[in-house]
Amino acid sequence: MLDIVLVALILSNFVLLGSSRLSSCIRTAALQGIMAGLLPLATAGAGLSLRIVALGLAVVALKGFVFPHLLNRALRESATSREVQPFVGYTPSLLAGLLALAASFWLDGRLALPTHSASSILVPVSFSLMFTGIFLLVARRTAVNQVLGYIVLENGIYAFSLAVVRDIPFLVELGVLMDMFVAVFVMGIAIYRINSEFDHIDSDRLSTLKG
Amino acid sequence: MTIHGLLSIIAGLLLAPLLQGIVNRTKAVFAGRRGAPLLQQYRDIARLLRKGAVFSGTTTWIFRLAPSITLACALVALVVLAPAPVEQGWGFAGDALLLAYALGLARFLTVAAALDTGSSFEGMGASREVLYSALAEPALLVGIAVLARVSGGTSLASILQGAGVTGWVSAGTALALVGVSFFVVLLAENSRVPFDDPNTHLELTMVHEVMVLDSSGPDFALVTYGASLKLWVFSVLFASLAVSPLGLSGFALLGALTAAVLFTGVIVGTVESTMARSSLARAPLLLAGACALSILAFILASRFLS
Repeated sequence: MLDIVLVALILSNFVLLGSSRLSSCIRTAALQGIMAGLLPLATAGAGLSLRIVALGLAVVALKGFVFPHLLNRALRESATSREVQPFVGYTPSLLAGLLALAASFWLDGRLALPTHSASSILVPVSFSLMFTGIFLLVARRTAVNQVLGYIVLENGIYAFSLAVVRDIPFLVELGVLMDMFVAVFVMGIAIYRINSEFDHIDSDRLSTLKG
Repeated sequence: MTIHGLLSIIAGLLLAPLLQGIVNRTKAVFAGRRGAPLLQQYRDIARLLRKGAVFSGTTTWIFRLAPSITLACALVALVVLAPAPVEQGWGFAGDALLLAYALGLARFLTVAAALDTGSSFEGMGASREVLYSALAEPALLVGIAVLARVSGGTSLASILQGAGVTGWVSAGTALALVGVSFFVVLLAENSRVPFDDPNTHLELTMVHEVMVLDSSGPDFALVTYGASLKLWVFSVLFASLAVSPLGLSGFALLGALTAAVLFTGVIVGTVESTMARSSLARAPLLLAGACALSILAFILASRFLS
């Protein structure tokens, strides 16, 4: 069961890397956020407590519903529907995602981290989420996709902490979520500003600004 | 000598044109039409066989040779895929590669014949065919490698049947991914939607149909029958994986396999009715996605089984 969720996380990575339509990217990232939020419920097994359930629900609400809503609004205002010319094309992106996946499994073998009892692929999947997130941040032009990359990166860190630390302090995780919320909020405003300045949400144009 | 191995080959030979009929009937039902009879392709082949062939003056012996060799390669693929050895020593270690390269040889001759006509349209179709198959082949071979890893077998029959119930329990997600990958390869290799629309007769957009524009009469009958056999072969590959968790053998396996192959035709028809043909630039991305699924399945299978 847990393995199916983890494989679905990898598949959502591939969709994010290969899809040019921004609204479907946002939907996929929301789905990924929901799956990541449900991970602690699946890994806890017998030790399921109210705290874990509350944390999972908070993550699902924020990543599955609040962030996509904010991003969709930014997208509507900017009137762009797809990323036309990313720095790295979609097929090369997919191949890069595959390489990242292979690297994650290799790294997991080399690091000899304590493996989680629930699943042997939790750590490599979290690595691959992180790599994909970083790749999206670097390889995409539109600000919306960069925000999504940031969210995917955070999903990876979240999954990694689940695998290694096992028990996440409630307060710490809430703090991280709060930071994420502020970050996405600020980026939403930034997208709006870039859009009203350039009629476009291409963050690459920012480099032409002169002080 | 096992009778059901032989029967599965005969079933393939007899039912391959019916599979095309099922695909077309499914599409007709979706579109609200009555559609052509299920046995239409048998009639088409019989009609073509009665006609005479016309050869363009620019073609050489390659063009005349291609249809028969293509059909022979499809027959080899069908025989290799039989779920049980027909005679002692029938399946051998690594015959999966024979399957891949028999299909590769068939493709090479189709492409060579298309280029031999000297038509620029056929050249474009040939170029697309080679592009798609170059991308589909890794997905197929890595997928077969996953099955070999899970089943521990080296001949195609043992690879496809050996996954069985235990394989699905230990590496079910990997096998499911391979199934999806095989289905995408089936669509690409047989020039179906979303890679190509077999109904269009606009040379600019076609893949397989455009390569055989110059064939006529008995040659075209061989080409049509060969294409049906190819669709049957890929459907068997997909269907064997789909029925492997049932853990059947003998005649039960043969029946389930044939039913699953015919049902694959319904799935293909459904996909064709509900999806649009993707643009030429997006097709490689879809195939790269299929490769990604196969490689992911391989990584997962190695991890789950170690």
